[in-house]
Amino acid sequence: MTVTALTNARLMDPASGLDEQGRLIIEGARIAAIEPGQGTDGLGEITQIIDCGRHVLSPGLIDMRVFTGEPGAEQKETLGSASEAAAAGGVTTIVVMPNTDPVIDDVALVDFINRRARDTTIVKVRPMAAITKGLEGQKMTEIGLLSQAGAVAFTDGDRPVADSLVMRRALTYAANFGALICQHAEDLSLSSGGVMNEGEYALRLGLTGMPEEAESIMVERDLALVALTGGRYHLAQVSSQKSLAAIARAKDADLNVTCSVSAHHLTLNEMDVADYRTFAKVRPPLRSEETRQALGTGVASGLIDCITSSHRPQAPEDKRLPFAEAADGTVGLETLLPASLQLVHEDQADLQSVLRALTQRPAEILGMETGRLKVGAPADLAVIDLGFPFKLDPATLRSRSRNTAFEGRVMQGRVVRTMVNGATVFEAATD
Amino acid sequence: MSIQKAPINFAHRHLLKIRDLTAPDVVTLLDLAEEYVAQNRQVNKKTDLLRGRTLINLFFEPSTRTQSSFELAGKRLGADTVNMSVRSSSVNKGETLIDTATTLNAMRPDMLVIRHGASGAPQLLAQKMDCSVINAGDGTNEHPSQALLDALTIRRHVGSFEGLTVAICGDITHGRVAKSNIYLLSMMGARVRLIAPPTLLPPAADRLGVEIFHDMKKGLEGVDVIMMLRLQMERMEGTYLPSTREYFQFYGLDHEKLSYAKPGALVMHPGPMNRGVEIDSRVADDPDVSLIHEQVEMGVAMRMAILDAVSRYRPNDPERKNQGSTA
Repeated sequence: MTVTALTNARLMDPASGLDEQGRLIIEGARIAAIEPGQGTDGLGEITQIIDCGRHVLSPGLIDMRVFTGEPGAEQKETLGSASEAAAAGGVTTIVVMPNTDPVIDDVALVDFINRRARDTTIVKVRPMAAITKGLEGQKMTEIGLLSQAGAVAFTDGDRPVADSLVMRRALTYAANFGALICQHAEDLSLSSGGVMNEGEYALRLGLTGMPEEAESIMVERDLALVALTGGRYHLAQVSSQKSLAAIARAKDADLNVTCSVSAHHLTLNEMDVADYRTFAKVRPPLRSEETRQALGTGVASGLIDCITSSHRPQAPEDKRLPFAEAADGTVGLETLLPASLQLVHEDQADLQSVLRALTQRPAEILGMETGRLKVGAPADLAVIDLGFPFKLDPATLRSRSRNTAFEGRVMQGRVVRTMVNGATVFEAATD
Repeated sequence: MSIQKAPINFAHRHLLKIRDLTAPDVVTLLDLAEEYVAQNRQVNKKTDLLRGRTLINLFFEPSTRTQSSFELAGKRLGADTVNMSVRSSSVNKGETLIDTATTLNAMRPDMLVIRHGASGAPQLLAQKMDCSVINAGDGTNEHPSQALLDALTIRRHVGSFEGLTVAICGDITHGRVAKSNIYLLSMMGARVRLIAPPTLLPPAADRLGVEIFHDMKKGLEGVDVIMMLRLQMERMEGTYLPSTREYFQFYGLDHEKLSYAKPGALVMHPGPMNRGVEIDSRVADDPDVSLIHEQVEMGVAMRMAILDAVSRYRPNDPERKNQGSTA
């Protein structure tokens, strides 16, 4: 069995609160020992020593919201290319959305994703399956059989389950299997026609806005249904202060409710739309600076459980269009970590809180044994150079699509090495 | 055949719901039905106990077995039996239920058997008509004759309800068969469990004094009798449930799930069955466990007992009050 020692590392584990220099030993695919305070002395039989250069050694990141184009739009992204991008971003598990063609709403398609993941990817891939057949918001999928096949949660991806009765039944039915319902909250009639956040900037740009209430009204409804049904609910992207307040109330009432925020909502605001930059067109839209700061505070306090990339590859022909006609979405797997670290560098949140939202919390919510530094856990790890400065050049991205909202942005922090099951899947070029 | 019947203790003009009955009432009906089981197994199945009486079967919902069961029951007791179904009645022409009731009342029937999609419809008719009204299923309220025939079937196999554990499995939202059975079995001293996915349980089902299980294997542990319910077709298409395949996987009764019940547990189904949906054919057709055909036989006898019992209620006839009828 291969034995690897990661030495000279700043061991950081949000789950246990560990933050100390030391070393970590991997045997085969699993963590065999975590030894704070230890240098290179007294190592036993070792196949390989990796010097982490005093950088942070963290559990690998788990990204709960990744869109790919496989099956159906492989020109935008395959599971394989997404996994390359993930590895470069320190992400060791990606949870892929069912918004493909065909939609992941059947056991055979969950099997397909699992098979393709096994054969073509370098990080772990876990599918979420659709809540409703064909994402049409009408008929439930086989939540029991899909869970057995390996769907980690249920979502209609970028579509809301709009019908209250369908949502009630889905929450009720899924609860029977302990399955998680993950919702994109948007009242489609209230957001109708909207292409960016409602307010002064939309007015000045002459674009139709959508209010934060388009999200919070749906969140309030969903939380009332969670209280009624006892279901498990995850808000896929929170982008409104009113939604945050509703989530806080639900958590106080001990409802089984969690939420994520997208890294771009934490770091960018509506002004980044600037002169009709379609790469900054996302859904829900980039919000006001005040909301952005409230979201950062939510991560710091733990009110927001997870940070996701909401990685959404789009082809140039779908983005190089007038703003209102352009497709939504930004790629994000490779910027998830540096964007999240902005909260740390700006003293909005401490490093453990940010890492917790990227590792421990998604693992707990999805029932994974990764996301922590723990003896016996799979050795899914990221070595992070916290301060490394760079300007994001889309040409360096490994994703097949390069529609990044962070284009040209000056960022800090990068992944030096990514390991999955004890094997290195990414190593930064030394410069 | 003898038409002289011993007096019975049953003071009900109508049979509208199980909740109107007492435990002695139920025992009376079951005992009476036993006599008709014997009668129905003879070559000559007919008596003239109800000769001269008129029975109207008024079915607003399609039904084959319940309607023919009541029809046979009436005929074997010698009553003149008329079947009216919604297709051939003036209900389609916009007549209200009360108009229908007064019209039928003018024909002076002695007994009216009604099935209707609206809960409470038999009660409404009972207020407007001078004859006995027997509920053959109203909306999601009750189906008392089904619960009684189920009880008769169980009693013949197990002897007593005391200490018995009965699991009712499947589509409880539709409710009327399940509810009548819950009321009756609880009244007779049995413990009742409901086993269903949460979407097929009505809200507040736990208020009915039953234990609720969503995991069928757990729910079947230690059970003496398993009552499967028919899954309504419109439930299967993704609104209440994702698919019949998934339903069968988790809630279809096959021998594997049956093995969790008490050894020798009996299986019932009010019919018609969806084979491969709520019940595996190998269980449904297994003569060692399945009482499904016997339930149909008991149905006729039970309904004869019901017609007999309510027809004896003639409080204005001093000669016949609560007495055995002499035709």
